[in-house]
Amino acid sequence: MRFSGWRVLREGLTGNKGWKPHWRDPEPKSEYDVVIIGGGGHGLATAYYLAKEHGITNVAVLEKGYLGGGNVGRNTTIVRANYYLPGNSEFYSHSLRLWEGMEQDLNYNAMMSQRGIINLFHNDGQRDAAVRRGNSIVNQGDDAEILSRDDLRRMAPFLNFDNARFPIMGGLMQRRAGTARHDAVAWGYARAADMRGVDLIQNCEVTGIDVENGKVVGVQTARGPIRAKKVALAAAGRSGQVAAMAGLTLPIESHVLQAFVSEGLKPIVDHVITFAEGHLYISQSDKGGMVFGSYLDFYSSYAARGNLPMVEHTMESFVAMVPALSKARLLRSWGGIMDMTPDGSPIIDHSPIDGLYLNCGWCYGGFKATPGSGSVYAHLIATDRPHGAATKFKLDRFRSGVGLMDEEGTGAQHNLH
Amino acid sequence: MRITCPLCGERDRREFYYKGAALVRPAEGEDLDAWHQYVNLRENPAGPLDELWYHEMGCNSWLKVTRNTATHEILAVQLASEAGLGGQK
Repeated sequence: MRFSGWRVLREGLTGNKGWKPHWRDPEPKSEYDVVIIGGGGHGLATAYYLAKEHGITNVAVLEKGYLGGGNVGRNTTIVRANYYLPGNSEFYSHSLRLWEGMEQDLNYNAMMSQRGIINLFHNDGQRDAAVRRGNSIVNQGDDAEILSRDDLRRMAPFLNFDNARFPIMGGLMQRRAGTARHDAVAWGYARAADMRGVDLIQNCEVTGIDVENGKVVGVQTARGPIRAKKVALAAAGRSGQVAAMAGLTLPIESHVLQAFVSEGLKPIVDHVITFAEGHLYISQSDKGGMVFGSYLDFYSSYAARGNLPMVEHTMESFVAMVPALSKARLLRSWGGIMDMTPDGSPIIDHSPIDGLYLNCGWCYGGFKATPGSGSVYAHLIATDRPHGAATKFKLDRFRSGVGLMDEEGTGAQHNLH
Repeated sequence: MRITCPLCGERDRREFYYKGAALVRPAEGEDLDAWHQYVNLRENPAGPLDELWYHEMGCNSWLKVTRNTATHEILAVQLASEAGLGGQK
Protein backbone atom coordinates (compact mmCIF):
# COMPACT_ATOMS: atom_id res chain seq x y z
CA MET A 1 0.00 0.00 0.00
CA ARG A 2 1.57 3.27 -1.14
CA PHE A 3 0.43 6.62 0.15
CA SER A 4 -0.16 9.47 -2.28
CA GLY A 5 -2.42 12.44 -2.78
CA TRP A 6 -4.31 10.47 -5.40
CA ARG A 7 -4.85 7.62 -2.95
CA VAL A 8 -6.24 9.96 -0.28
CA LEU A 9 -8.65 11.41 -2.87
CA ARG A 10 -9.78 7.98 -4.05
CA GLU A 11 -10.28 6.67 -0.53
CA GLY A 12 -12.17 9.81 0.41
CA LEU A 13 -14.61 9.23 -2.43
CA THR A 14 -15.06 5.51 -1.71
CA GLY A 15 -15.72 5.56 2.02
CA ASN A 16 -12.13 5.01 3.16
CA LYS A 17 -12.63 1.26 2.90
CA GLY A 18 -9.31 0.52 1.21
CA TRP A 19 -6.91 1.38 4.07
CA LYS A 20 -5.13 -1.62 5.53
CA PRO A 21 -3.10 -2.03 8.77
CA HIS A 22 0.32 -0.48 8.31
CA TRP A 23 2.19 -3.56 9.49
CA ARG A 24 1.67 -7.24 10.27
CA ASP A 25 1.34 -8.64 13.79
CA PRO A 26 3.43 -11.80 13.41
CA GLU A 27 4.10 -14.58 15.90
CA PRO A 28 7.79 -14.69 16.84
CA LYS A 29 9.84 -17.25 14.93
CA SER A 30 12.21 -19.53 16.82
CA GLU A 31 15.32 -17.96 15.33
CA TYR A 32 16.47 -14.71 13.70
CA ASP A 33 19.74 -13.39 12.32
CA VAL A 34 19.31 -10.20 14.35
CA VAL A 35 17.04 -9.49 17.32
CA ILE A 36 16.63 -5.83 18.25
CA ILE A 37 15.45 -5.16 21.80
CA GLY A 38 13.26 -2.06 21.83
CA GLY A 39 10.59 -0.99 19.34
CA GLY A 40 11.08 2.76 19.60
CA GLY A 41 12.43 5.13 17.00
CA HIS A 42 16.02 3.88 17.14
CA GLY A 43 15.13 0.18 17.15
CA LEU A 44 12.70 0.51 14.26
CA ALA A 45 15.08 2.70 12.25
CA THR A 46 17.87 0.17 12.84
CA ALA A 47 15.66 -2.65 11.55
CA TYR A 48 14.75 -0.60 8.48
CA TYR A 49 18.35 0.25 7.57
CA LEU A 50 19.48 -3.35 8.23
CA ALA A 51 16.95 -4.46 5.63
CA LYS A 52 17.42 -1.60 3.18
CA GLU A 53 21.17 -0.95 3.27
CA HIS A 54 22.52 -4.35 4.21
CA GLY A 55 19.90 -6.82 2.91
CA ILE A 56 19.46 -8.39 6.34
CA THR A 57 15.73 -9.04 6.62
CA ASN A 58 15.56 -12.01 9.00
CA VAL A 59 15.20 -9.51 11.82
CA ALA A 60 12.83 -9.18 14.78
CA VAL A 61 12.15 -6.04 16.77
CA LEU A 62 10.96 -7.02 20.26
CA GLU A 63 8.91 -4.40 22.09
CA LYS A 64 7.62 -4.91 25.62
CA GLY A 65 4.69 -2.52 25.12
CA TYR A 66 3.51 -1.04 21.85
CA LEU A 67 5.60 0.39 19.02
CA GLY A 68 6.72 3.95 19.63
CA GLY A 69 5.31 4.02 23.16
CA GLY A 70 8.52 5.18 24.80
CA ASN A 71 10.64 8.27 24.35
CA VAL A 72 9.93 8.61 20.63
CA GLY A 73 6.38 9.47 21.63
CA ARG A 74 7.38 11.61 24.62
CA ASN A 75 9.78 14.26 23.30
CA THR A 76 9.56 17.82 22.02
CA THR A 77 10.06 16.79 18.36
CA ILE A 78 13.09 18.97 17.60
CA VAL A 79 15.45 18.05 14.77
CA ARG A 80 18.80 19.84 14.41
CA ALA A 81 22.50 19.37 13.65
CA ASN A 82 24.09 22.24 15.55
CA TYR A 83 26.69 20.35 17.56
CA TYR A 84 30.24 21.47 18.09
CA LEU A 85 32.57 18.61 19.01
CA PRO A 86 34.06 16.20 16.47
CA GLY A 87 32.18 12.95 16.92
CA ASN A 88 28.84 14.57 17.57
CA SER A 89 29.24 17.06 14.73
CA GLU A 90 29.52 14.60 11.83
CA PHE A 91 26.96 12.23 13.35
CA TYR A 92 24.15 14.78 13.67
CA SER A 93 25.04 16.14 10.25
CA HIS A 94 24.54 12.63 8.84
CA SER A 95 21.29 12.34 10.76
CA LEU A 96 19.90 15.65 9.50
CA ARG A 97 20.57 14.65 5.89
CA LEU A 98 18.62 11.44 6.49
CA TRP A 99 15.77 13.46 8.03
CA GLU A 100 15.58 15.52 4.86
CA GLY A 101 15.02 12.47 2.67
CA MET A 102 13.07 10.38 5.15
CA GLU A 103 9.52 11.02 4.01
CA GLN A 104 10.25 10.14 0.40
CA ASP A 105 12.36 7.19 1.47
CA LEU A 106 9.65 5.78 3.75
CA ASN A 107 6.66 6.95 1.69
CA TYR A 108 5.27 8.29 4.95
CA ASN A 109 4.28 11.77 6.04
CA ALA A 110 6.44 12.56 9.07
CA MET A 111 5.42 16.25 8.88
CA MET A 112 9.08 17.22 8.68
CA SER A 113 9.08 20.99 9.05
CA GLN A 114 12.40 22.76 8.46
CA ARG A 115 11.29 25.90 10.22
CA GLY A 116 14.75 26.65 11.62
CA ILE A 117 16.14 26.77 15.12
CA ILE A 118 17.32 29.97 16.78
CA ASN A 119 19.59 29.80 19.84
CA LEU A 120 19.37 33.23 21.49
CA PHE A 121 22.32 34.81 23.27
CA HIS A 122 22.35 37.50 25.91
CA ASN A 123 25.95 38.70 26.30
CA ASP A 124 29.30 38.98 24.53
CA GLY A 125 30.59 35.67 25.85
CA GLN A 126 27.57 33.78 24.59
CA ARG A 127 27.85 35.57 21.23
CA ASP A 128 31.48 34.48 20.88
CA ALA A 129 30.54 30.92 21.73
CA ALA A 130 27.68 31.04 19.21
CA VAL A 131 29.95 32.34 16.43
CA ARG A 132 32.50 29.64 17.19
CA ARG A 133 29.82 26.96 17.17
CA GLY A 134 28.36 28.39 13.97
CA ASN A 135 31.76 28.21 12.24
CA SER A 136 32.11 24.62 13.38
CA ILE A 137 28.68 23.78 11.95
CA VAL A 138 29.58 25.41 8.61
CA ASN A 139 32.83 23.42 8.58
CA GLN A 140 30.91 20.19 9.07
CA GLY A 141 28.97 21.09 5.92
CA ASP A 142 25.72 22.33 7.41
CA ASP A 143 24.19 25.77 7.61
CA ALA A 144 24.51 28.29 10.40
CA GLU A 145 24.15 32.05 10.55
CA ILE A 146 24.31 34.74 13.19
CA LEU A 147 21.19 36.86 13.50
CA SER A 148 21.37 40.40 14.78
CA ARG A 149 18.95 41.94 17.22
CA ASP A 150 17.24 43.71 14.32
CA ASP A 151 16.90 40.46 12.37
CA LEU A 152 15.25 38.93 15.39
CA ARG A 153 12.92 41.88 15.90
CA ARG A 154 11.57 41.23 12.41
CA MET A 155 11.41 37.43 12.73
CA ALA A 156 10.20 37.09 16.31
CA PRO A 157 8.83 40.41 17.55
CA PHE A 158 7.16 38.78 20.56
CA LEU A 159 10.48 38.08 22.30
CA ASN A 160 11.41 40.03 25.41
CA PHE A 161 14.37 41.93 23.94
CA ASP A 162 14.97 44.22 26.90
CA ASN A 163 14.74 41.83 29.83
CA ALA A 164 16.86 43.47 32.54
CA ARG A 165 18.96 40.39 33.25
CA PHE A 166 18.81 38.58 29.91
CA PRO A 167 18.55 41.13 27.08
CA ILE A 168 18.51 39.43 23.68
CA MET A 169 21.56 40.46 21.64
CA GLY A 170 21.06 38.05 18.76
CA GLY A 171 20.89 34.41 17.89
CA LEU A 172 22.56 31.51 16.12
CA MET A 173 20.24 30.11 13.50
CA GLN A 174 20.22 26.85 11.59
CA ARG A 175 17.54 27.07 8.91
CA ARG A 176 17.55 23.38 8.01
CA ALA A 177 16.64 22.42 11.58
CA GLY A 178 13.03 22.17 12.67
CA THR A 179 10.49 19.69 13.96
CA ALA A 180 8.92 16.40 12.87
CA ARG A 181 5.81 14.53 13.92
CA HIS A 182 7.39 12.19 16.46
CA ASP A 183 4.87 9.31 16.38
CA ALA A 184 4.83 9.31 12.59
CA VAL A 185 8.59 8.79 12.55
CA ALA A 186 8.19 5.58 14.55
CA TRP A 187 5.21 4.48 12.46
CA GLY A 188 6.95 5.29 9.20
CA TYR A 189 10.03 3.25 10.08
CA ALA A 190 7.84 0.44 11.44
CA ARG A 191 5.81 0.22 8.25
CA ALA A 192 8.85 0.44 6.00
CA ALA A 193 10.73 -2.22 8.00
CA ASP A 194 7.69 -4.50 7.99
CA MET A 195 7.33 -4.14 4.22
CA ARG A 196 10.92 -5.36 3.86
CA GLY A 197 10.19 -8.48 5.92
CA VAL A 198 11.16 -7.45 9.45
CA ASP A 199 8.96 -8.97 12.18
CA LEU A 200 7.69 -6.33 14.62
CA ILE A 201 6.67 -8.17 17.78
CA GLN A 202 4.80 -6.17 20.37
CA ASN A 203 3.88 -7.12 23.95
CA CYS A 204 7.05 -9.18 23.98
CA GLU A 205 9.22 -8.18 26.93
CA VAL A 206 12.73 -9.58 26.95
CA THR A 207 13.30 -11.34 30.28
CA GLY A 208 16.78 -12.75 29.71
CA ILE A 209 19.75 -12.68 27.35
CA ASP A 210 21.36 -16.06 26.69
CA VAL A 211 25.14 -16.03 26.56
CA GLU A 212 27.27 -19.14 25.97
CA ASN A 213 31.07 -19.07 26.07
CA GLY A 214 31.15 -15.29 25.81
CA LYS A 215 28.85 -15.22 22.79
CA VAL A 216 25.21 -14.26 22.65
CA VAL A 217 22.92 -17.03 21.38
CA GLY A 218 19.42 -15.68 21.94
CA VAL A 219 16.91 -14.10 24.28
CA GLN A 220 14.19 -15.23 26.66
CA THR A 221 10.94 -13.34 26.21
CA ALA A 222 7.41 -13.16 27.55
CA ARG A 223 6.43 -15.04 24.38
CA GLY A 224 9.05 -17.77 24.65
CA PRO A 225 12.74 -18.17 23.84
CA ILE A 226 14.12 -16.82 20.56
CA ARG A 227 17.52 -17.80 19.21
CA ALA A 228 19.57 -15.07 17.55
CA LYS A 229 22.99 -14.74 15.93
CA LYS A 230 23.16 -11.11 16.98
CA VAL A 231 21.28 -9.15 19.64
CA ALA A 232 21.12 -5.36 19.52
CA LEU A 233 20.01 -3.18 22.42
CA ALA A 234 17.92 -0.10 21.70
CA ALA A 235 16.16 0.29 25.03
CA ALA A 236 16.85 3.97 25.83
CA GLY A 237 16.10 4.71 29.50
CA ARG A 238 15.77 1.00 30.29
CA SER A 239 19.18 0.12 28.81
CA GLY A 240 20.68 -0.53 32.23
CA GLN A 241 18.14 -3.22 33.06
CA VAL A 242 18.39 -4.90 29.68
CA ALA A 243 22.20 -4.90 29.81
CA ALA A 244 22.07 -6.34 33.33
CA MET A 245 20.41 -9.45 31.86
CA ALA A 246 23.70 -10.09 30.08
CA GLY A 247 25.70 -9.32 33.22
CA LEU A 248 26.81 -5.88 32.03
CA THR A 249 26.86 -2.65 34.02
CA LEU A 250 26.68 0.49 31.90
CA PRO A 251 27.96 4.02 32.58
CA ILE A 252 24.37 5.26 32.60
CA GLU A 253 21.99 6.88 35.07
CA SER A 254 18.33 7.19 34.07
CA HIS A 255 16.89 10.63 34.78
CA VAL A 256 13.55 12.31 34.16
CA LEU A 257 13.13 15.14 31.65
CA GLN A 258 9.79 16.91 31.61
CA ALA A 259 7.98 18.39 28.62
CA PHE A 260 4.94 20.65 28.39
CA VAL A 261 2.22 21.66 25.97
CA SER A 262 -0.02 24.71 26.23
CA GLU A 263 -3.55 25.08 24.93
CA GLY A 264 -3.87 25.70 21.20
CA LEU A 265 -3.08 29.28 20.17
CA LYS A 266 -3.06 31.22 16.91
CA PRO A 267 0.24 30.92 15.01
CA ILE A 268 2.87 33.14 16.61
CA VAL A 269 6.14 31.21 17.09
CA ASP A 270 7.41 30.35 13.59
CA HIS A 271 10.70 28.68 14.62
CA VAL A 272 12.21 26.54 17.32
CA ILE A 273 13.66 29.07 19.78
CA THR A 274 15.94 28.47 22.75
CA PHE A 275 16.60 30.88 25.60
CA ALA A 276 20.20 30.92 26.81
CA GLU A 277 19.26 32.04 30.32
CA GLY A 278 18.70 28.40 31.15
CA HIS A 279 17.85 25.58 28.85
CA LEU A 280 14.37 26.52 27.64
CA TYR A 281 13.31 25.49 24.13
CA ILE A 282 9.94 26.19 22.54
CA SER A 283 8.16 25.56 19.28
CA GLN A 284 4.54 25.73 18.22
CA SER A 285 2.83 22.57 17.04
CA ASP A 286 0.55 22.42 14.02
CA LYS A 287 -2.38 22.27 16.43
CA GLY A 288 -1.23 25.57 17.92
CA GLY A 289 0.07 24.35 21.27
CA MET A 290 3.36 25.66 22.58
CA VAL A 291 5.65 22.64 23.00
CA PHE A 292 8.46 23.34 25.42
CA GLY A 293 10.81 22.03 28.06
CA SER A 294 14.04 22.83 29.84
CA TYR A 295 16.36 21.00 32.23
CA LEU A 296 16.34 17.53 33.68
CA ASP A 297 14.93 17.26 37.19
CA PHE A 298 18.46 16.12 38.15
CA TYR A 299 17.79 12.95 40.12
CA SER A 300 17.56 9.31 39.04
CA SER A 301 14.03 8.37 38.06
CA TYR A 302 11.99 5.84 36.14
CA ALA A 303 8.68 7.44 37.13
CA ALA A 304 8.08 9.12 33.74
CA ARG A 305 6.86 12.17 35.66
CA GLY A 306 8.74 14.96 37.37
CA ASN A 307 8.43 17.30 40.30
CA LEU A 308 7.02 20.80 40.59
CA PRO A 309 10.26 22.78 41.15
CA MET A 310 11.33 22.11 37.56
CA VAL A 311 7.82 22.89 36.33
CA GLU A 312 8.05 26.25 38.06
CA HIS A 313 11.54 26.94 36.69
CA THR A 314 10.44 26.12 33.14
CA MET A 315 7.37 28.36 33.35
CA GLU A 316 9.51 31.21 34.72
CA SER A 317 11.93 30.84 31.81
CA PHE A 318 9.06 30.74 29.35
CA VAL A 319 7.39 33.94 30.51
CA ALA A 320 10.76 35.67 30.83
CA MET A 321 11.37 34.96 27.14
CA VAL A 322 7.83 35.48 25.82
CA PRO A 323 5.85 37.61 28.29
CA ALA A 324 3.02 37.90 25.73
CA LEU A 325 2.16 34.26 26.36
CA SER A 326 2.14 34.44 30.14
CA LYS A 327 -1.64 33.99 30.18
CA ALA A 328 -1.54 30.83 28.06
CA ARG A 329 -2.82 27.85 29.98
CA LEU A 330 -0.84 24.67 30.30
CA LEU A 331 -2.64 21.73 28.77
CA ARG A 332 -0.48 18.83 29.91
CA SER A 333 2.99 17.76 30.93
CA TRP A 334 4.83 14.50 31.02
CA GLY A 335 8.25 13.01 31.67
CA GLY A 336 10.57 10.80 29.67
CA ILE A 337 13.25 8.45 30.99
CA MET A 338 16.64 9.69 29.79
CA ASP A 339 19.67 7.39 29.64
CA MET A 340 22.35 9.82 30.80
CA THR A 341 26.06 9.11 30.25
CA PRO A 342 28.82 10.88 32.20
CA ASP A 343 29.85 13.06 29.23
CA GLY A 344 26.38 13.64 27.78
CA SER A 345 27.13 11.84 24.50
CA PRO A 346 25.83 8.45 23.33
CA ILE A 347 27.31 4.97 23.02
CA ILE A 348 27.05 2.96 19.79
CA ASP A 349 29.50 0.12 20.07
CA HIS A 350 30.19 -3.56 20.52
CA SER A 351 29.61 -4.82 24.02
CA PRO A 352 32.21 -7.03 25.74
CA ILE A 353 29.99 -9.98 24.75
CA ASP A 354 30.40 -11.32 21.22
CA GLY A 355 27.31 -10.62 19.11
CA LEU A 356 25.74 -8.21 21.59
CA TYR A 357 25.60 -4.56 20.49
CA LEU A 358 24.94 -1.40 22.46
CA ASN A 359 23.03 1.70 21.39
CA CYS A 360 22.30 3.80 24.45
CA GLY A 361 23.21 6.92 26.38
CA TRP A 362 21.18 9.30 24.21
CA CYS A 363 20.67 11.61 27.16
CA TYR A 364 18.05 14.14 26.05
CA GLY A 365 19.05 14.10 22.38
CA GLY A 366 17.64 10.87 21.09
CA PHE A 367 14.84 12.07 18.85
CA LYS A 368 16.89 14.14 16.41
CA ALA A 369 19.32 11.23 16.22
CA THR A 370 16.68 8.68 15.19
CA PRO A 371 17.53 8.17 11.49
CA GLY A 372 21.27 8.64 12.03
CA SER A 373 21.30 6.23 14.93
CA GLY A 374 19.40 3.59 12.97
CA SER A 375 21.69 4.00 9.99
CA VAL A 376 25.02 3.78 11.84
CA TYR A 377 23.82 1.07 14.23
CA ALA A 378 22.66 -1.09 11.33
CA HIS A 379 26.11 -0.59 9.78
CA LEU A 380 27.83 -1.70 12.98
CA ILE A 381 25.60 -4.78 13.35
CA ALA A 382 25.94 -5.80 9.72
CA THR A 383 29.66 -5.20 9.21
CA ASP A 384 31.06 -5.26 12.77
CA ARG A 385 32.79 -1.97 11.98
CA PRO A 386 31.64 1.49 13.07
CA HIS A 387 30.04 3.72 10.44
CA GLY A 388 32.22 6.65 9.39
CA ALA A 389 29.82 9.10 11.04
CA ALA A 390 29.93 7.30 14.40
CA THR A 391 33.51 6.34 15.09
CA LYS A 392 33.76 8.12 18.44
CA PHE A 393 30.73 6.73 20.33
CA LYS A 394 32.94 4.19 22.10
CA LEU A 395 32.02 2.43 25.31
CA ASP A 396 35.60 2.36 26.61
CA ARG A 397 36.07 6.15 26.47
CA PHE A 398 34.76 6.37 30.02
CA ARG A 399 37.23 3.83 31.39
CA SER A 400 40.24 5.23 29.53
CA GLY A 401 39.23 8.90 29.64
CA VAL A 402 40.31 9.17 25.99
CA GLY A 403 37.79 10.61 23.54
CA LEU A 404 35.25 11.92 26.01
CA MET A 405 32.75 14.22 24.31
CA ASP A 406 31.62 16.77 26.87
CA GLU A 407 29.59 18.97 24.54
CA GLU A 408 28.51 21.38 27.27
CA GLY A 409 31.94 21.66 28.86
CA THR A 410 30.55 20.98 32.32
CA GLY A 411 32.76 18.01 33.14
CA ALA A 412 32.49 14.35 32.21
CA GLN A 413 30.79 12.89 35.24
CA HIS A 414 27.31 11.85 36.18
CA ASN A 415 24.73 14.44 37.17
CA LEU A 416 26.41 17.32 35.34
CA HIS A 417 24.45 17.06 32.07
CA MET B 1 9.24 15.26 46.60
CA ARG B 2 10.15 16.12 50.19
CA ILE B 3 13.10 14.79 52.17
CA THR B 4 13.18 14.54 55.96
CA CYS B 5 16.61 15.74 57.03
CA PRO B 6 17.63 14.11 60.34
CA LEU B 7 18.71 17.54 61.63
CA CYS B 8 16.22 19.96 60.03
CA GLY B 9 13.04 17.94 59.54
CA GLU B 10 10.92 17.58 56.40
CA ARG B 11 12.03 19.95 53.66
CA ASP B 12 11.28 20.65 50.00
CA ARG B 13 13.39 19.00 47.31
CA ARG B 14 14.63 22.45 46.28
CA GLU B 15 16.77 22.68 49.42
CA PHE B 16 18.82 19.66 48.36
CA TYR B 17 21.51 19.06 45.76
CA TYR B 18 21.56 15.58 44.24
CA LYS B 19 24.90 13.81 43.91
CA GLY B 20 23.90 10.32 42.77
CA ALA B 21 24.29 6.76 43.93
CA ALA B 22 25.88 6.43 47.40
CA LEU B 23 29.02 4.45 46.63
CA VAL B 24 32.06 3.74 48.77
CA ARG B 25 35.06 5.63 47.38
CA PRO B 26 37.98 3.37 46.44
CA ALA B 27 41.27 3.76 48.26
CA GLU B 28 43.90 5.95 46.64
CA GLY B 29 45.99 3.14 45.20
CA GLU B 30 43.13 1.08 43.77
CA ASP B 31 43.39 0.08 40.11
CA LEU B 32 41.70 1.70 37.12
CA ASP B 33 38.80 -0.75 37.12
CA ALA B 34 37.85 0.09 40.70
CA TRP B 35 37.84 3.81 39.90
CA HIS B 36 35.98 3.26 36.62
CA GLN B 37 33.31 1.41 38.55
CA TYR B 38 33.08 4.18 41.15
CA VAL B 39 33.14 7.14 38.77
CA ASN B 40 31.20 5.84 35.76
CA LEU B 41 29.38 2.53 36.13
CA ARG B 42 25.93 2.50 37.73
CA GLU B 43 23.54 -0.27 38.75
CA ASN B 44 20.79 2.23 37.87
CA PRO B 45 17.91 0.23 39.40
CA ALA B 46 14.21 0.93 38.88
CA GLY B 47 13.36 0.64 42.57
CA PRO B 48 15.05 1.39 45.89
CA LEU B 49 18.42 3.12 45.51
CA ASP B 50 20.85 4.48 48.11
CA GLU B 51 21.76 8.03 47.10
CA LEU B 52 23.74 11.00 48.34
CA TRP B 53 21.87 14.29 48.74
CA TYR B 54 23.42 17.48 50.10
CA HIS B 55 21.27 19.76 52.26
CA GLU B 56 22.61 22.83 50.56
CA MET B 57 19.94 25.30 51.70
CA GLY B 58 19.75 23.85 55.20
CA CYS B 59 22.32 22.37 57.56
CA ASN B 60 24.91 21.57 54.82
CA SER B 61 24.86 17.88 55.77
CA TRP B 62 25.47 15.12 53.28
CA LEU B 63 22.62 12.62 53.57
CA LYS B 64 22.30 9.02 52.53
CA VAL B 65 18.74 8.82 51.21
CA THR B 66 17.10 5.54 50.22
CA ARG B 67 14.59 6.43 47.52
CA ASN B 68 12.46 4.43 45.14
CA THR B 69 13.40 5.65 41.64
CA ALA B 70 10.19 4.22 40.17
CA THR B 71 7.83 6.08 42.52
CA HIS B 72 9.99 8.86 44.10
CA GLU B 73 9.03 7.56 47.56
CA ILE B 74 11.64 8.37 50.23
CA LEU B 75 12.23 5.18 52.22
CA ALA B 76 14.97 6.17 54.67
CA VAL B 77 17.27 9.10 55.43
CA GLN B 78 20.51 8.98 57.40
CA LEU B 79 23.47 11.29 57.88
CA ALA B 80 26.16 10.20 55.45
CA SER B 81 28.74 10.62 58.19
CA GLU B 82 27.01 7.82 60.10
CA ALA B 83 26.50 5.58 57.05
CA GLY B 84 30.06 4.33 56.61
CA LEU B 85 30.57 6.12 53.29
CA GLY B 86 33.84 7.75 54.30
CA GLY B 87 35.77 5.67 51.80
CA GLN B 88 38.31 2.91 52.04
CA LYS B 89 41.56 3.78 53.74
